[in-house]
Amino acid sequence: MIKHILKRLALLIPTLFGVITLVFLMIALAPGDPARIMLGERANAEQIAQLRAELGLDKPLIQQYGLYLSRVVRLDLGKSIATGQQIAREIADRFPATIELAWYAMIFATVVGMFLGVTSAIRRNTWVDYTTMGGALVGVSMPVFWLGLVLIMVFSVWLNLLPTGGRMNIRYYFTPITNFYVIDGILLWIREGTPKYLWSAIQHLLLPTIALGTIPLAIIARTTRSSMLEVLQQDYIKTARSAGIREKRVIYRYALKNALLPVITVIGLQFGLLLSGAILTETVFSWPGIGRWIYISIGARDYPAVQGGIIFISTFFVLINLAVDILYSVVNPKIRLQ
Amino acid sequence: MAEKKEILLSIQNLSFSFDTQRGVVNAVRDISLDIRKGETLTLVGESGCGKSVTAHAINQLNPMPPGKVDHGKIMFRGTDLLTLKRHEIEKLRGTQISMIFQEPMTALNPVFTVGAQIADVFMTHQHMTKQEAMERTIDLFKLVKIPAPERRVNSYPHQLSGGMRQRAMIAMALASPEPGLMIADEPTTALDVTIQAQILDLLNDLKHKIEMSILLITHDMGVVAEMADRVVVMYAGRKVEEADVFSIFETPRHPYTLGLLNSLPSNTKYKNARRLEAITGTVPDMRTIGAGCPFENRCAYASEKCGQEFPTETVLGESHSVWCHNYHMVKEG
Repeated sequence: MIKHILKRLALLIPTLFGVITLVFLMIALAPGDPARIMLGERANAEQIAQLRAELGLDKPLIQQYGLYLSRVVRLDLGKSIATGQQIAREIADRFPATIELAWYAMIFATVVGMFLGVTSAIRRNTWVDYTTMGGALVGVSMPVFWLGLVLIMVFSVWLNLLPTGGRMNIRYYFTPITNFYVIDGILLWIREGTPKYLWSAIQHLLLPTIALGTIPLAIIARTTRSSMLEVLQQDYIKTARSAGIREKRVIYRYALKNALLPVITVIGLQFGLLLSGAILTETVFSWPGIGRWIYISIGARDYPAVQGGIIFISTFFVLINLAVDILYSVVNPKIRLQ
Repeated sequence: MAEKKEILLSIQNLSFSFDTQRGVVNAVRDISLDIRKGETLTLVGESGCGKSVTAHAINQLNPMPPGKVDHGKIMFRGTDLLTLKRHEIEKLRGTQISMIFQEPMTALNPVFTVGAQIADVFMTHQHMTKQEAMERTIDLFKLVKIPAPERRVNSYPHQLSGGMRQRAMIAMALASPEPGLMIADEPTTALDVTIQAQILDLLNDLKHKIEMSILLITHDMGVVAEMADRVVVMYAGRKVEEADVFSIFETPRHPYTLGLLNSLPSNTKYKNARRLEAITGTVPDMRTIGAGCPFENRCAYASEKCGQEFPTETVLGESHSVWCHNYHMVKEG
């Protein structure tokens, strides 16, 4: 088990190396001169040469790559052109917002998705099944940004129930503590005795969570359904029933734990993909996270920022896959005990 | 059978069908059988003859739909099991009627330890704490002769051999305060011959120790000889012969029973023979069987009448009946 984890950890190094190389090449081989693009049409040759020197673009590609690599290894992602701030700092500031949103979106998608999947499976070929799976198909097919806009339209504009964007009511003059606003809300409730911060944080989370969580929810529901259908036909389910185990327990314990393996894979993959969904969702809901920051950086041609952002998100994706792999062995004793 | 004990389970005129996409399959037609206390009844027949469907009808384990009881009763300790609601049958399962299956490899849940699975049965029916249930499980493992039971309860199914797994299955079927009927669905088919013998011995041993009745499903006449008090032979959903185990082997009267016995390698006539005798032809399509005897197309004794109506019961002795128009022509040979 520990050996298995160590082996997976060792595999991380070449993967991350590949990611960094790809991101570097992507920018380096992009058509046109980054310095010229960054400075715009009106820049003169002198300014461009200066920026090229600053970015190291005047050196041969291989040397640029070496320099870049040596900086990334030291966790130095460089400075943002737009703000002049350390990119690592910018990411650290925004990461809690993204993680908070992604986390709740994932919980929403997992809990509701698995429940719908199981329900569909045990009510196979009934109207419950057809409705759920029809809904899942619609959910998968819906573009995130469009769903976000529709949610804002309905719940914020027409019904005036929920805020259109942001993370907290701006009139609260709120100073974050952990930068995870729900946790901050709870802390402030304890400290100041008012739940208003928590309440506001939840209100702001609601719509982006639904927008971001819908696609993974639909995929998780479909995977759970097919996996459950397969497991429910296994002999050991009949054994459990023949021993008088209650049907609910047969479904939610004996069957679901077996059906979980493919679902965990999907959840892991979706959690990784969520970060790219976050770029759209965060933009639509003015959510001050990494996704929106990358979106803005792309618009501002802030190449180092984009580079740093992509490396960060990719690393995160790889780490989640590692976590999924470890989770596998927890669920499946055959892997654990090898 | 010198003394007749009280009837524990009585299946009366059971018909069971499956409504499949390609037509209605009448898997079981008009089957009746009685199991007495402490008795082993074997249900014999080839794959697909309806023996498992009959057995699974008892504790409602056939998938319904597409399965459906067309008519009949299953009386067990004074109640008709077919009228019970799901939660009522759930209470009987694992307490008074338990089951062991053919494939011990797939019949145990791969993601829980065998001990946890058996302990769960105790906890479900007898509201024990986890620790009590585990202790009882260890006791059961001793009863079914699993070595090092304290260690084995913490094993996962894939860590046990086929024989051990089947012993664990039997232990699970015994996790009950009052085991009444054990349904054993081909319990030794997937095991090595030597292990088969051990498991059969164990079942016989347990039957005497705790006075339970066994409904044993098999297609292996060797297992029948080893285990049975009485035998019901099924063919294509119908009961064709019923007798005590001695009559079945000594004076079989249905052509199909005779065919089964003739195809046994241990049959004395095979002493110097090179090939085994098989029953010619194949099982008819269950969707298109008419009113006649389903064995008619493979039967050496078939007459015109056989294709038209299914024969009524002919009582040949105290415990021997046959359903055949031409039984008087059948001689062992």
